[in-house]
Amino acid sequence: MASGDLIVQRPEGLYCPPGDFYIDPWRRVERAVITHAHADHARTGHGHYLATAVSEGLLRARLGAGIAFQGLAYGEVVEHQGVRVSLHPAGHVLGSAQVRVEHGGRVWVASGDYRPTPHGAVPDRTCAPFEPVRCDVFITESTFGLPIYRWRPDAELFGQINRWWAANAQAGRASVLVCYSLGKAQRLLGGVDASIGPIVCHGAVEPINRAYRAAGVALPETLTVSEVTDKAVLRRALVLCPGSALGTPWIRRFGDCADAFASGWMQVRGQRRRGGFDQGFVLSDHADWPGLLSAIGATGAERVIVTHGSVPVLVRYLSEQGLQAEAFDTEYGDEAAEPAPEASPAP
Amino acid sequence: MKRFAELYAELDGTTSTSAKVAALVRYLAEVPPEDAAWAVYFLAGGKPRQLIRTAQLRALATEAAGLPDWLFEASYQAVGDLAETIAHLLPPASRPMAALGLHGWMRERLLPLRGEAPEVVAQAVRAAWDELDPLGRFLFIKLVGGGFRVGVSKLLVQRAVAEHAGLDPKEVAARMMGYTDAMREPTAQAWARIVHGEPGGEEGGETGGASSGGLPYPFFLAQPLADAPASLGERHDWLVEWKFDGIRGQIVKRQGQVWVWSRGEELMTDRFPELVALAKGWPDGTVIDGEIVAWDALAPSLPGSSAQGAPAPFSVLQQRIGRKTLTSKVLATAPVHFLAYDLLEHKGADLRAQPQVERRAALDTLADAVSPRLDCSPLVLTDDWAALAAWRERSREWGLEGLMLKHRLGRYGTGRVKSRPGDAEPLAWWKWKVDPFTIDGVLIYAQAGHGRRASVYTDYTFAVWSRPPRDAAEAQAVVQAIAERRPAQPGALQLVAFTKAYSGLSDEEFLAVDAVIRRTTLEKFGPVRSVLPTLVFELAFEGIARSPRHKSGVALRFPRLLRQRTDKPLHEANTLADLEALLGTGSKATEGHLAQGGC
Repeated sequence: MASGDLIVQRPEGLYCPPGDFYIDPWRRVERAVITHAHADHARTGHGHYLATAVSEGLLRARLGAGIAFQGLAYGEVVEHQGVRVSLHPAGHVLGSAQVRVEHGGRVWVASGDYRPTPHGAVPDRTCAPFEPVRCDVFITESTFGLPIYRWRPDAELFGQINRWWAANAQAGRASVLVCYSLGKAQRLLGGVDASIGPIVCHGAVEPINRAYRAAGVALPETLTVSEVTDKAVLRRALVLCPGSALGTPWIRRFGDCADAFASGWMQVRGQRRRGGFDQGFVLSDHADWPGLLSAIGATGAERVIVTHGSVPVLVRYLSEQGLQAEAFDTEYGDEAAEPAPEASPAP
Repeated sequence: MKRFAELYAELDGTTSTSAKVAALVRYLAEVPPEDAAWAVYFLAGGKPRQLIRTAQLRALATEAAGLPDWLFEASYQAVGDLAETIAHLLPPASRPMAALGLHGWMRERLLPLRGEAPEVVAQAVRAAWDELDPLGRFLFIKLVGGGFRVGVSKLLVQRAVAEHAGLDPKEVAARMMGYTDAMREPTAQAWARIVHGEPGGEEGGETGGASSGGLPYPFFLAQPLADAPASLGERHDWLVEWKFDGIRGQIVKRQGQVWVWSRGEELMTDRFPELVALAKGWPDGTVIDGEIVAWDALAPSLPGSSAQGAPAPFSVLQQRIGRKTLTSKVLATAPVHFLAYDLLEHKGADLRAQPQVERRAALDTLADAVSPRLDCSPLVLTDDWAALAAWRERSREWGLEGLMLKHRLGRYGTGRVKSRPGDAEPLAWWKWKVDPFTIDGVLIYAQAGHGRRASVYTDYTFAVWSRPPRDAAEAQAVVQAIAERRPAQPGALQLVAFTKAYSGLSDEEFLAVDAVIRRTTLEKFGPVRSVLPTLVFELAFEGIARSPRHKSGVALRFPRLLRQRTDKPLHEANTLADLEALLGTGSKATEGHLAQGGC
C-alpha cells in the first residue's frame, strides 16, 4: 500500500484519508458516501449519508426517513476538506453511482457494483447507463470475474422470459420468477411483454416499484396478490418475488406454478439445479467478464484494486496484462458463487 | 443434432418427471429411428468408449478461447463440468450448423475420430465448434467425452419408451437389457427390437460381442434391511446367504456361446476368461446370477462351503479389472471366481416366476452335474434370528459385507422391488449389512464439488490426531499453530490427513458446512482451501487397508460422512492409533465404532 493513497482499506470500510469519509462502510461511521441502495452497500447507523439524489427515496425507505442525507446529481461536484467528490452512473440499479475522488492532482474511482451497457445494446431504461470515468486508480468489483460469464443480449433474454411466461399462461399455470427485489425486479418489469398477462408483485417488491415510479421510471401496471379476486387471473400471471417467498403460504395462493430464477449465477447449470428451479434466466445487473475488462480499460487506470467476487482471478489476469493490480478485502456480498439466492449480493 | 439439443433443453428445463417423459415421447415420435436409437442409448446411460481424450479437449478449448491455462482451470472449478466450461468459454461460431441428425453426427462426424491422429481429431473438433451454438457444443463434448448425465433416470427413459411403443415398462426394461453396453453401437435395428420386438440381424461382429441371443435378464436388486430381521417373520421362511464384496454378474450360455454381464449391463466376457471356461460345459439355455470375486485359495473357507479358499479383498478384483491385457501373470495373481446364487434360465426355460427355494434346488442340482464344478453361494443355516445375528457379526472375518435374506417363496423380480416386512408377498431381497466402521475425524481441507454441487464446498479431507491430545488446551495450541501457519515440530502433536469424503449430508447440511468453511478459510491452494480445524465429523467406511501411498499409512474403502459431531470437542476426535487398531483387528472387528465414550 503506497502512502498517500486516496482510498485505503480500514476495518470500517473503504476510507478516504484526506477527506475523512468512507465509501459503502460496513461498520458505523460519521461520514459515508453510498454507491447504491443494496443492503450490503448501504447500511444503517452512519452519521451522514452522501449519495445520488435519485436514490434518496430508496435509501430513506431502506434506512429510515430520518437519516442525514445529502443528494448529488450525477456529475455534480462537492468539495470536502479539499477533496473533490462526484458521483457518476454505474448502470447497476436506480441511483447507483461510481464515486470519483480527486485530490492533489490525482483521481481515484470506487465503482461499487456496476454494469456497462454492452456494445451496440439498448441501455437499461430503469437506471442511468454506466459511464466510464478516466482515473489513475480504479476500484472494481469482480462478482462475475470469470470468462464463463458472458451475458446474452437483453432482447434474447427477454424473449426467453416472454416465451416461458406465455407457455405457462397457456397451460393455466402462474409463472413465478424469483429475483432480487431492488433493481432486478424493476429491470424485469421494464423488459417483459406486459400484454401476455397480469403481473403480480410480492410485498417486498411493490414498495420499490413505487420508488422507481416516483423517480420517473415508467413501469407496467403491477398488482399485489390481495388485489386479485379472480383466481383465473393468477394462473396467467407473471409473479415477481424474492427467494424468501418460496415455500410460504403467500406462494401457495398461486397453486400449481412454474418457477424460475433470474440471476447471473444461472449461467452455471449446477447453480440452477441446486436451487431446484425449473428454469434459470441469466439476467444480471453486474458486469460480465468482457464488461469488467472493457470498463477497466476505459478508465485508463494503470492501477486497479479488485474487491468482492473472483478477486484472485481478476488480480492475476490484470497483472498478466501489465496493470498494477491488487485486492481490497471488503464485506460486500460474498464470494464469486453464492449458494442461496437470498444470500446473494443483488445477483 | 438441433432436435436433440431441443430435447435436452426441455429435459433440463423442468424438474417435473411427467413433463420429462412427455418431452421424450414427443421426441421419439418425431425423429427417425436411427436418431431415436442413439438418443435413448445416451439418455439411458450409454457411454461409448471415449472418442477424444479429455486432455486434448481441454487443450483445444483453452487454445480456442485464447485463455491462459490457469484461467481455464479456475473457470472449470467454478462450473464443475468440463463440457459446460468449454461451451461457455469458446468464442461464437462463425458457420451455420450442418443439418445432421444425432445419428449422422455420431456415424459421420464423431465415431470415425476414434484412433485418428491428434491433428485430425483437432481439426474435426475445431470445425464442429465453429458451427455449434453453446448448447450444441456442450452436447458435442458430452457425446465424445464418454459420459452423459442429464437428470433423467434409466427408469424414466424406459417409461417414455414404453409409452411411445405402447408396451409395459417391464417389457421395455427386459428388451433394453444390454442396450447401453459400451461395445455395441445403437442402431435402427436394435431400436426396432425394443419398440417392435423384432429380431434384428447379427451385429457387433467387430468385438465378437453379443447378439440378442446373449442378453441377460434384468437384475433383481436387494434393498437394505433397516428393521430387526424378526420383522420379516419366521426364520425358516428365509434362505440366507453371505453378502459378497465383488461384482454382481450373470453368466449366459446359449447357442454354444458364453456371455458375462455385469449388473451395470456391461458385457465383460473378455475380461474373465476363467468364467468362459467355467460355463463352456453348461447346457445351452442356461443363465446364472451370482457374484464375480477375486479368489484367495489359501484363505480359510467360508462357513458352509466346501470350496477351497475365500473371496480376496475387492481391491484385488479392482486391479484385475483395470488391466487392459490379461497376461498369464495377472491371471495367476488375481484369479477370478464365480459364486452362483440363482438359476434364472434352465434348458431355455425362464425360471424367474418359480419360488426361490425351487430355483435354488435346481441350481444345486445343476452345479453338481456340470464340469468343472460350479461353486454356489453357501447357505447360512441357523435355527433362529439370534444365531443368525451372531454370524452376521462375524462377517468381517472372511471379508464379507453381511447377509442376504431371500424368502423361500419369492420370485425373481425386476430391479429394486419395494415391499415391506409383513407384505402378503415378500418379494424383496434384503441385504442385512454389517455395521460400517466409524471414526471421528477433523475437517482440514475443502474443495468445491461438481455438477449440482459446483461452487459449494462439499469435498472434504479429514485428519486424526497423531497421538491423543492431553487435553483441550493442547489441541487448541495445535489449532493456533495451524492458524499462524507455523509448521509442526517433528514428533509433536499434530493433525494427520487420512481420508477424503464427499457424500452423506443433505443439501442443507452441506450449505451450512460450506458457510463455516468460507468463514474459517486459512489459505487457498487453487481449488483447495485449508480451514481452521473446528469441525468434527463421524465418518463411516467399509474397510481399511495399509497403504504406503497415504500419509497416514492407511486407505479406507467407501468413506462417507455420517454426521457432524457438534457434541464432540476437537481434542476428542480419533487418533492414528485408533486407525492402526482397526487395521490390526480389521478383519475381526465385531464392534466397529471407535469413538471415545461410545456412540
